[in-house]
Amino acid sequence: MEITVADLKRGERGIIKDFAMDILPIKLLELGCLPGNEVELVQQAPFRDPLYINVNGSHIAIRRSVARHIALDLLEDFSAR
Amino acid sequence: MSKNINVALIGNPNTGKTSVFNQLTGLKQKVGNYPGITVEKKEGICKLPRGVKAHILDLPGTYSLNTTSLDESVVVELLLNKNDKDYPDVAVVVSDVENLKRNLLLFTQIKDLKIPAILVINMADRMSRKGISLDIELMEEKLNTKIALVSTRKNIGIERIKELIADYKNLSREPNVNASLIAPDYFERLKKTFPNEDLYKLWLVITQDVNFMPIQKKRFKEETSFDIKSKSELKRLQQKETILRYQFINGILKETYKVDLQAAKGFRATLDKILTHKVFGYVIFFMILLLIFQAIYDWSSYPMDFIDEQFAAASEWVKDTLPPGVFTNLIAEGILAGIGGIVIFIPQIAFLFLFIALLEESGYMSRVVFLMDRVMRPFGLSGKSVVPLISGTACAIPAVMATRNIENWKERLITILVTPFTTCSARLPVYLIIIALVIPEGRLFGLGYQALALMSLYLIGFAAAILSAMILNKVLNIRSRSFFVVEMPNYKIPLFKNVFYTVVEKTKSFVYGAGKIILAISIVLWFLGSNGYSDDFQNAESIVTERIAEKGLSDPSEAYIDEKLESYSRQLRDSLPAANRMVIDLAVEEKRDDLQERVIGQEIASYKLEHSYIGYLGKAIQPIVKPLGYDWKIGIAVLTSFAAREVFVGTLATIYSVGSDEEETIKNRMAAERWPDTGKPLFNLASGISLLLFYAFAMQCMSTLAIVKRETNSWKWPMYQLVFMSLFAYIVALIAYQILK
Repeated sequence: MEITVADLKRGERGIIKDFAMDILPIKLLELGCLPGNEVELVQQAPFRDPLYINVNGSHIAIRRSVARHIALDLLEDFSAR
Repeated sequence: MSKNINVALIGNPNTGKTSVFNQLTGLKQKVGNYPGITVEKKEGICKLPRGVKAHILDLPGTYSLNTTSLDESVVVELLLNKNDKDYPDVAVVVSDVENLKRNLLLFTQIKDLKIPAILVINMADRMSRKGISLDIELMEEKLNTKIALVSTRKNIGIERIKELIADYKNLSREPNVNASLIAPDYFERLKKTFPNEDLYKLWLVITQDVNFMPIQKKRFKEETSFDIKSKSELKRLQQKETILRYQFINGILKETYKVDLQAAKGFRATLDKILTHKVFGYVIFFMILLLIFQAIYDWSSYPMDFIDEQFAAASEWVKDTLPPGVFTNLIAEGILAGIGGIVIFIPQIAFLFLFIALLEESGYMSRVVFLMDRVMRPFGLSGKSVVPLISGTACAIPAVMATRNIENWKERLITILVTPFTTCSARLPVYLIIIALVIPEGRLFGLGYQALALMSLYLIGFAAAILSAMILNKVLNIRSRSFFVVEMPNYKIPLFKNVFYTVVEKTKSFVYGAGKIILAISIVLWFLGSNGYSDDFQNAESIVTERIAEKGLSDPSEAYIDEKLESYSRQLRDSLPAANRMVIDLAVEEKRDDLQERVIGQEIASYKLEHSYIGYLGKAIQPIVKPLGYDWKIGIAVLTSFAAREVFVGTLATIYSVGSDEEETIKNRMAAERWPDTGKPLFNLASGISLLLFYAFAMQCMSTLAIVKRETNSWKWPMYQLVFMSLFAYIVALIAYQILK
């Protein structure tokens, strides 16, 4: 199974690998959700939805249903938290 | 040069664009609407060096020129239409130093339209704290533009913007990015078909989701040799364009923008941890709501009482000073009463707008959206519906307009449809007066029954909104994909100037908007109430005088006089303890004559009213409202308040022939009203509750209906609202009255 933004735990980070272009709104792209950019899960609301993420310096909230379409390579970063 | 320079302020949301606008124009600004749509249009004048004036237009915030909403399409429409009178000579693109990369995306698009563009980098005061350093000169060279480093908070750099605007002719018009690289063949063909058009402009026209330039689009369709690509193909190309632009921007920022990551985090992260916490986040939100309601009721009661007194005094003054006659009556009873009825809401509405502006300016509102999204979704609403539902407690009109940033049409429509259920401030006067009449003053666990009744009405309103949303979610068969993306801006201490302007603007537009209707209605009402065609109306004076001579005054009038006299003599005895009894009795007798004269005048007036146009109208609707426990007078008040709820009290005031809107007197009159056949009081628990519930649910606001029509672009939805809400209100009120009777 592929790892997506929806699988991140709080404080975890990853690099965007693939972006389901046809499904996702162009606004996400404009806000910096591009392949190669780093994503961090800042906070999640109860029921883990919506997700508050930091993409490349842009702080945005998206729903789980959208997050599931952004594939990631998880970053193993032991210095974070 | 005598010509004014047209300047367009453009930028992403949350970049402080409005602060820049406020700094440039001060109070010389005008807020209106774009023709035909309800997108707010803010304009202002700015004096530049060397006697030049700039006409500044503050465009809605947008992330790019790829429109996804009405607000954004306004921006694109203007930038593509050279013939628009507001077409900018120069664009001022406002960006935020912390989000420069994202902000530059829009900037490069505007540059590619070959519009001279100035880049304003705002929030420069945060640079040192965030460890950001910039090479402005190199950036100017790479982007082919002039840059103003600005801090609106510290008032730095505004002069530089003005100089750059005045000097706009020296700005480069060279594009930044060659967009045709994303599909060279396609753009080549475009160029061949339309040799005289600007390529990037064509591309934008083709890719707009909203079909806002029918003429140019039509020309594409007539060219049969030219194939328009499918929507998904276009979307893919748009994405390619975005990626291309980011490559360009990244290249530049690598050389000119340095950020020390160690300095960056901190304050924001800590606040976010608390404010979006799974438990504390909700507790804090709830506390803030409580504070807001508390403030609205407690703080605004002082200015409201003051306004009330002033209007009562003004009405008296008009009656005393102007020569008596139709015109004086119209001013004193029609117009002044009507305006007073709306002006009295200014404090409450201003307070509510103040809090909403503070929450928005500080960046907290986005956190609320984040917290509430999941909670609202089962009801077919979105986190973004919370803002309209809260604003709805002030007034449904701005609330319906605030739904505009909900991207999902179904969620937006449901929010618009249910918002009028929330208890708006116009319901308050009705609630307050009826609660005071029919709910006893006792206490339950230290809470007053009356306060509890008011609170229950608020809860009932919210419950009705949520439940009808749930039903609509099931019933409405609209498929629309959800594009819930919310930016979580940095926390900021709200700028006083911004908050102040917002409150003034919003309050002004509420007063004018609602004021016009209330004014018109009160004039019509006054006319219908003070004119009649029957003989009874014409000879009211002699008929009533004869009747009184025969049978004496009516019971309520006698009771009213007795009560007044008693308090008067008590007052005399208290203030003049040494006075002779005879003197006091004499004074009381004199007062009695006075009062009798007034009461006779009132009886004539109410007899006239009963036989005026409005009286006949009221009698005609009595059969409909009687099952709810209302007589024809209440029926008229309910009917007129279909224009606006707050008209209810004013109408009753006119009908019960009490000159001023002063609450105590209307209340006494209402308490004294009895059914003519049974002699039972008209306002009792049953009819009172029935009225309260009717007002809680009925769609009685023409302005809201008009706004809903504009926002949904059809009469269908406001008509549904009107019919369903009113029918529902009628049934609930009917059941309540029949059970409690």
